Amino acid sequence: MSSVTTPVSTDGQPPKRKRAEIGVKTLRTDRYWVQPLVTFIALMLFVIYSTWRAFMNADYFYEPLISPFYSPCLSTACPPGSSFWTPLDLPVAFSPALLILIFPLGFRLTCYYYRKSYYRAFWQSPPACAVAEPHGKYTGETRFPLIFQNAHRYFFYAGLAFNALLTYDAIIAFRNHEGQWGHASVGTLVLILNAAFLWFYSLSCHSCRHAIGGRLKNFSKHPARYKMWTWVSKLNGNHMRYAWISMVFVAFTDFYVYLVASGKITNFYFF
Amino acid sequence: MTYTANFRVWRGIGGEGELQDYTVEVNEGEVVLDVIHRIQATQEPDLGVRWNCKAGKCGSCSAEINGKPRLMCMTRMNTFEEGAPVTVTPMRTFPVIRDLVTDVSFNYEKGRQVPAFSPPKDLKPGDFRMQQKDVERSQEFRKCIECFLCTNTCHAVRDHEENVKFFAGPRVLMRTAELDMHPLDTLDRRRMAQDELGLGYCNITKCCTEVCPEHIHITDNALIPLKERVADLKYDPLRWLGNKIRVRGKDD
Amino acid sequence: MSQITKLQFDVIVVGAGGAGLRAAIAAREAGKKTAILSKSLFGKAHTVMAEGGIAASMGNVNSNDNWKVHFCDTMRGGKFLNHYRMAELHAKEAPDRVWELEAWGALFDRTPDGKISQRNFGGHEYPRLAHVGDRTGLEMIRTLQQRVVALQQQDKAEFGDYDAMIQVFAETSVSHVFVSGEGADRKVSGAFAYARGTGDFIVFEAPSVILATGGIGKSFKVTSNSWEYTGDGHSMALISGGSLVNMEFVQFHPTGMVWPLSVKGILVTESVRGDGGVLTNSEGRRFMFDYIPDVFKAQYAKTEEEADRWYTDPDNNKRPPELLPRDEVARAINTEVKAGRGSPHGGVFLDVSKRLPADVIRAKLPSMWHQFKELADVDITLEPMEVGPTCHYVMGGIEVDPDTQQAVGVKGLYAAGESSGGMHGSNRLGGNSLSDLLVFGKRAGDAAAEYASAAGPVTLSDAEIAAAETAAMAPFSNAGGENPYAIQQELQQMMNDYVGIIRTEDELKQALVEIEKFKERAARVGVKGTRQYNPAWHIALDLPHQLVVSECIARAALGREESRGGHTRDDFAKMSPEWRQVNLICYAEGTGVRVEKQALPTIPQELVSLFDSSELSKYMTQAELDSIAQGTA
Repeated sequence: MSSVTTPVSTDGQPPKRKRAEIGVKTLRTDRYWVQPLVTFIALMLFVIYSTWRAFMNADYFYEPLISPFYSPCLSTACPPGSSFWTPLDLPVAFSPALLILIFPLGFRLTCYYYRKSYYRAFWQSPPACAVAEPHGKYTGETRFPLIFQNAHRYFFYAGLAFNALLTYDAIIAFRNHEGQWGHASVGTLVLILNAAFLWFYSLSCHSCRHAIGGRLKNFSKHPARYKMWTWVSKLNGNHMRYAWISMVFVAFTDFYVYLVASGKITNFYFF
Repeated sequence: MTYTANFRVWRGIGGEGELQDYTVEVNEGEVVLDVIHRIQATQEPDLGVRWNCKAGKCGSCSAEINGKPRLMCMTRMNTFEEGAPVTVTPMRTFPVIRDLVTDVSFNYEKGRQVPAFSPPKDLKPGDFRMQQKDVERSQEFRKCIECFLCTNTCHAVRDHEENVKFFAGPRVLMRTAELDMHPLDTLDRRRMAQDELGLGYCNITKCCTEVCPEHIHITDNALIPLKERVADLKYDPLRWLGNKIRVRGKDD
Repeated sequence: MSQITKLQFDVIVVGAGGAGLRAAIAAREAGKKTAILSKSLFGKAHTVMAEGGIAASMGNVNSNDNWKVHFCDTMRGGKFLNHYRMAELHAKEAPDRVWELEAWGALFDRTPDGKISQRNFGGHEYPRLAHVGDRTGLEMIRTLQQRVVALQQQDKAEFGDYDAMIQVFAETSVSHVFVSGEGADRKVSGAFAYARGTGDFIVFEAPSVILATGGIGKSFKVTSNSWEYTGDGHSMALISGGSLVNMEFVQFHPTGMVWPLSVKGILVTESVRGDGGVLTNSEGRRFMFDYIPDVFKAQYAKTEEEADRWYTDPDNNKRPPELLPRDEVARAINTEVKAGRGSPHGGVFLDVSKRLPADVIRAKLPSMWHQFKELADVDITLEPMEVGPTCHYVMGGIEVDPDTQQAVGVKGLYAAGESSGGMHGSNRLGGNSLSDLLVFGKRAGDAAAEYASAAGPVTLSDAEIAAAETAAMAPFSNAGGENPYAIQQELQQMMNDYVGIIRTEDELKQALVEIEKFKERAARVGVKGTRQYNPAWHIALDLPHQLVVSECIARAALGREESRGGHTRDDFAKMSPEWRQVNLICYAEGTGVRVEKQALPTIPQELVSLFDSSELSKYMTQAELDSIAQGTA
């Protein structure tokens, strides 16, 4: 018997009650569908663009600029100078981007913010708050495959490694086309900003916030980690913003390298 | 400043019912609850509505206004266009007792499953010492006024009534997080959060946070950290190994 | 007649606020099968509205504090009309009750050394209020609620049933307390209740009934109280053969919201002033400096400069007069408004925006910030609030034995919290309410459990039950009768007009005439529809309670020919040492009530000697002072 709200009924049984029969799937009168629609379009544009570029397998390197989609360039097919890595002997037709993109895409795919946005915009689960979703059954993230969302932290660790590499790429971009140091171009600036935005995105991640201090019970016993946790928490408040900025900019960075590498524009050097 | 509004109020007993139309006077500065009370006092004396403080502090007058889960006492009439109908329905997720009053006992039953605060056995009242920074996280969750709008809005149960067996709702999960972050609590409720309270049903779509009248960051500060804590226990092989071979102590 | 559920318990607690829950916890811990009957959902009681804190002399912030200082502040605040023994027990036991909450999971704000932080409040000499921002009441109710659940979990482990030893009946209102026997044998035998949701009746057979039903504010139009505050506990105690003490003392909190009209009366916490907020009139003057009464001249600053220094250096400066006891501040605001120096909507200005940085305001007064932003569209970090007095608390209440909280005149009947009287004298200090709930809630629970053991189980006759049912069903047989909402609203307006913050003989007499008319109308009240969650029916059943209590207030107010604390007579403006020796006791009689004078108990030597004789001379008669002097000589 549900003693808390309804003590007893005349027949000694809890009264039979049902939810209100309202019929329509929502009574919201605002344009609640705008937000998921915008998200859907923006994410789709990114997916289309990155797929196109990932399979292109060309125009991703122009000394000293390398596209973030293709760094680190792991294949023997990579142009000389594009990689400090020991290349893997992959078929020439295989785009090295496909090896790389798994990790940043996995990081974004399991990201707590992106999960919200694509569950809402793509899967409509739910499309908006207090708007009924179209599915008959729902088990959330309790089963395969979505239970693997819990591995987000590993993608975060991988993401950190990529940030380090892209930062390295940005630093070596302080060279001219002939490989001499002490020069900077628009491309350098683009790579620097790209790396910075990715750092902001990674460091504002919920898993980062947890690892840095969130898992502690007593902050006062770990003053340094507490300090870092408060910084990360501040960043975390803007995680969504960093997610979008960094995503758009990583595509832009790739596009800039594409334009330069394909000879459509010249990479302007400041000095 | 006084005008006549068109209200559509869901009326019925035990779930069967319909929207009924009322024309009712509205004065400057009033909230939806004032208008409902006017309907009650002048037109429909038996209109059922649950309320107490009328100041957003008790969380009794939860309902859905133009489809949005809200407290009636905190929804000002000047947020609506004069003349446009205002629709007020009971919370959808909970069974109806009558009119706008729902049976929210589900939340209390689930809440009762969460083991209570357990301080160290040898710690006497009066000897508790805690730093402000250590209590702040849980303090945020204790602002909860138990209006249950979060659980009402969560699609995991709202759109899937069968899930009430497996999912305790944001309110109760936040309570679990609150205890897990309490600096002097000695129990580990992580496995329970995942296996019995259904944390995995949360797909962090944040509607709980959106409707919280106390502006608690339920998703970012309670549910996601709780998911991460559960991951520490259940889904992180490295930490599992670390705990096995005691690389890390229980310093956390 | 429909079937009625009958249940047996050892202890019934009516009310699930701070006092009720604390009493229930005590009774269950004493091994008694306990029921908690709550008019609202579990955890919604009016205690959640308390903002400032719990007064307890833990001395965490200023180590000079101790129970004696707290006792003196309480007596001073109550203008020495308090029952000294209650004030003593309260001051002594409050710290333990607060620490206990912490052990049950409460998370108070902390001092730098990790103890419970304490804040300043009106009338308290030292920072004394344990608090959580400005939502202390919520923290307290949630902690007690969770303690009840913790006990239920223990019972589940031991007996296999959460409800084995302590059961919560939410949304269940008591309409009648059963008593049997006459005179000294008069004792409790249970309670008659209706489940609001289903409309079904439940009879509780129990030897002990604790009334923790809160206050009476819903009999006034401008009030900070919720619909629950109908004085039903007061009224049921009277009808059962108990008595009410000093009901004329009604606290009007000085700072309630005044605009918009729909929120008029909602509380603005005293912490706003404790944290630096100042009161100004339409001329921009900090008028409270003009209203420091002689009895408080020694404790309050004379200049704005000194008052401002106090916030940072309280040891070497006197406190600002904004922190005078509530009755003084409420009267001052009332006077300013009547003199035409009020704010546009009939209050005065309370400004914290020029005194503290915006982020500090939001951190220290978060719910005030939200309240004004969302209800009045006022940003208190940028502009002043408009505030005015609002009916907040009744100092008077059920007359009880100070140690056991047993109602005078009825065995097995107990009262705790706002529904009981005596503790606060003529005026309650802020923060003393929450501690009162805890201290006397526990005492009532302990005593009720002990009495239940001695008394054993009780049974009720079918005739008694049938009579209670008939009474509860009466409004349905009158469909087409008087509208209960209309009667209630008119009663509230009348009480505000005639028995409000400033009273006169003529108006009080007029109030009594009006109350007679209301009684006649209430007898004809009718409701339509079914019994399921029918608010009209609920109000119809509350009306007689409200009328009984209103009559007690008006009669006692007419009887007391002086001004003191929460009772201000325009025609008797002075405080009288002779009247300080008098309690006014209200009894049920016929269809109404009568009020009798009763001598106040004498304060024992060891307590009265805590005060300066010069201070006592402001309150006491020469004869009293002489006998005290002889005692110490």
